[in-house]
Amino acid sequence: MPDPTRYRSAELSLWRKLANFGATTFAIGSAVLVLVPLLAIFVYLLIKGIGSVNLAFLTQTPKPVGEPGGGMANAIVGSGLILLIASGIGIPLGIGCGIYLAEYGRNRFGDFVRFTADVLNGVPSIVIGIVAYSLVVVRQKHFSAYSGGLALAIMMVPTVARATEEMLLMVPNSIREAALGLGIPKWRTTLSISLRTASAGVITGCMLAFARVAGETAPLLFTAFGNQYWNMNPNQPTAALPLQIFVYAISPFDEWHKQAWAGALILIVMIVFAVAAVRVVTSRGMLKGAS
Amino acid sequence: MNPTDPLASQKPIASVPSLAQTSAERKHAAGGSVLSRIRTKNPASSRIPDAIFRGVIALAAISVFFIVVLIVFELIDKSKLSLHEFGIGFFYGRDWDPVNGEFGALPFIYGTVLSSVLALILAVPLSVGVAVYITEMCPAALRAIISFLVELLAAIPSVIYGLWGIFVLAPLLREYVQPFLAKYFGWTGLFEGPQFGLGMLAAGIILAIMIVPIVASITREVLSAVPQNQREAVLALGATRWEMIRVGVLRNARIGIVGGVILGLGRALGETMAVTMVIGNRPEIAKSLFAPGYTMASVIANEFSEATGDLYLNALVEIGLALFIVTLIVNALARLLVWSITGGTARVNA
Amino acid sequence: MGVGIEVKGLNAWYGKNLALKDIDMSVPANHVTAVIGPSGCGKSTYVRCLNRMHETIPEAHAEGDVKVGEIEIYGDGSDPVEVRRKIGMVFQKPNPFPTMSIYGNVAAGLRLNGVRNRKQTDELVERSLKLSALWEEVKDTLHKKSGASLSGGQQQRLCIARALAVEPDVLLMDEPASALDPISTSKIEELIFQLKQHYTVVIVTHNMQQAARVADLTGFFLMGSLIEYDKTEKIFTTPADKRTEDYITGRFG
Repeated sequence: MPDPTRYRSAELSLWRKLANFGATTFAIGSAVLVLVPLLAIFVYLLIKGIGSVNLAFLTQTPKPVGEPGGGMANAIVGSGLILLIASGIGIPLGIGCGIYLAEYGRNRFGDFVRFTADVLNGVPSIVIGIVAYSLVVVRQKHFSAYSGGLALAIMMVPTVARATEEMLLMVPNSIREAALGLGIPKWRTTLSISLRTASAGVITGCMLAFARVAGETAPLLFTAFGNQYWNMNPNQPTAALPLQIFVYAISPFDEWHKQAWAGALILIVMIVFAVAAVRVVTSRGMLKGAS
Repeated sequence: MNPTDPLASQKPIASVPSLAQTSAERKHAAGGSVLSRIRTKNPASSRIPDAIFRGVIALAAISVFFIVVLIVFELIDKSKLSLHEFGIGFFYGRDWDPVNGEFGALPFIYGTVLSSVLALILAVPLSVGVAVYITEMCPAALRAIISFLVELLAAIPSVIYGLWGIFVLAPLLREYVQPFLAKYFGWTGLFEGPQFGLGMLAAGIILAIMIVPIVASITREVLSAVPQNQREAVLALGATRWEMIRVGVLRNARIGIVGGVILGLGRALGETMAVTMVIGNRPEIAKSLFAPGYTMASVIANEFSEATGDLYLNALVEIGLALFIVTLIVNALARLLVWSITGGTARVNA
Repeated sequence: MGVGIEVKGLNAWYGKNLALKDIDMSVPANHVTAVIGPSGCGKSTYVRCLNRMHETIPEAHAEGDVKVGEIEIYGDGSDPVEVRRKIGMVFQKPNPFPTMSIYGNVAAGLRLNGVRNRKQTDELVERSLKLSALWEEVKDTLHKKSGASLSGGQQQRLCIARALAVEPDVLLMDEPASALDPISTSKIEELIFQLKQHYTVVIVTHNMQQAARVADLTGFFLMGSLIEYDKTEKIFTTPADKRTEDYITGRFG
């Protein structure tokens, strides 16, 4: 039997203890280091933005360069318009796809669609902008909120579809069977019963997709293009909040920089709300209808 | 026998009402009015609406595929001129001079790859560290808060990262970090030249911050998927906590972690706004990380709306096509790896 | 060779719940001691306290005197890592490391403890695999096959070899055969019988026939307390306590 003293375990223990301590420190340090930029961004947004967020900012359009004041009202409303168009296309399409995947798609074709949705999810947003440009802007020979909305809609579809599928899959099969057993046709079961039960989760998914595209700039650069003035015509170039932030941020004017921070603050508040709301709904459990 | 035997208390079958009645009696007994209101259709007559519904829904599903096909088609179609004109040489041409009709994409490929690799070098250790902290070391009460905060990082729009990059990160680099790096590590040749703050280094750092949430969240999922008995097996041999994590958890999860890293790479490659705002936008290939650069996504973002002439536009679209193909391959590879560990249950929120 | 275990006043908690109440037990060296009892009686908890694995569960802790040989494992300055090396454990469900070869699995504990010498490791691996009656079956595929590619019974013997490689004084086994088929079970039981020459074995089992076959001494646990502890033969033929008798004759559990 080998001599146990060959291990010299006491000596080695120090090195192992050090490695253990080092690894623990590194892990904790990583957590701290990762959260530092988060904190920094929020703090700066607050400090630099809060000063410029006032009534004028929220209600006026940009003033010409050099003149103080003015606001991003047109960008906020413009974003709303574009997002409305995007949701109008993206949400129904996404929910439809999600319903298919959950109710009819437990097969090879469904796997294929799922894979395709994943692919779509990974396409860089600028590339989607190019496609929307070539499909709409080129044909119309002008920029418009429609083209911007289309680009954002394409980006919403995978997220909404995924969420819808997951939520529908959580609806217990016994509910579907009960409905079918009562003689309710499948299409009615899916819409009025399954979807209704999963509705909280599906709405959450839509909110998540909405929040994600609300902050997107790249796809709008050459579709909606932006606008310094009021525009409610979706067939014309339209201002959008992230676009405006971008243009102002890279400009050489201090006044515009301040407004960029203000716009960013508004944008982030909106998004944090959406994300927090999603968390709250998710943690409370979504299928209240099922019980 | 056990006195609380459940079988002992069951009623005999004959007394269960429904089996003794006809279906008509049943309908009536169960509150006939409710049932009759839901008109029990003849199965045949609900087939058509069912089929229509199924068709419409399937259409929605196919549309996703259709969109991807459309993307590929448009990208190829609108870059035809450039594909034809330059061929494969497009991708190793070093000169991007639209005024003189020179379109070489190498500077952008270089910029994209370098900024992404730099981002990975910075982000991966941090992300794995955070994930290990959350799953193996964190007190239960903190877990939800920290993972929420990390998730929040993923929700911040790219343009806001860019804004912060220009006005907070760049001055910080310029004042403190770049002088420090130049002084002590300048001999590597990586930290030379004018210190603007903006440039490749800034882009790499911002990208790193942006991909940490993705890599961390996937890593967390694969670490959690490692069964508890593996951890116990290592501990029982006489291992410190770090050794337990290293041998019992990380080792088992390594394939999935690699998948998460590749997914992060995919995100970094396609990232546009934040990079555009801090990278300096100069189509040059330089060794120093202080130098300005240009990425594939950035050149499209900056020059697309002002591109004059079909060839210029086609060249930009071709860059978009290349970007699409690269991110496609990278993302597919990543998902394959993550799938193999978690069995398809991993979910990426970003 | 083996050492004995002296347990005095051992209490264990899960959070605020007291799971083990004041256990006193004297486990003799080079014998097999079985721990039996109905589900939830604390037998697994007890055994996990013997190698300080119990405290790895969040909110769980244990107090008391547990002396393995000459060492107080809950004493001041006692390092749980060292304790766990000296006291080996085999779990209910075999848990070999899937990313390592058979050789790698057995050598894992050695590598952790800093054994670098290749020849030394080879010797120890061979010895451990022979002790756990697996050597003949795997000696040709030591490096080629992964730990997880073996059958259930073989995996468990691999886990035993892995535990033995770091040369513990005591071997704890938490229902080692309950996930295995009858043939593998009997192989494991044969193994346990031979292992007691070199080691002190404590085995948790819910299978009373197994305890009767394998163990020299048996302790009966009920609701966190040690009800009766005596020679196996006595426990199973003329138990002193009525509760023991009820359990043995199958009136509950």
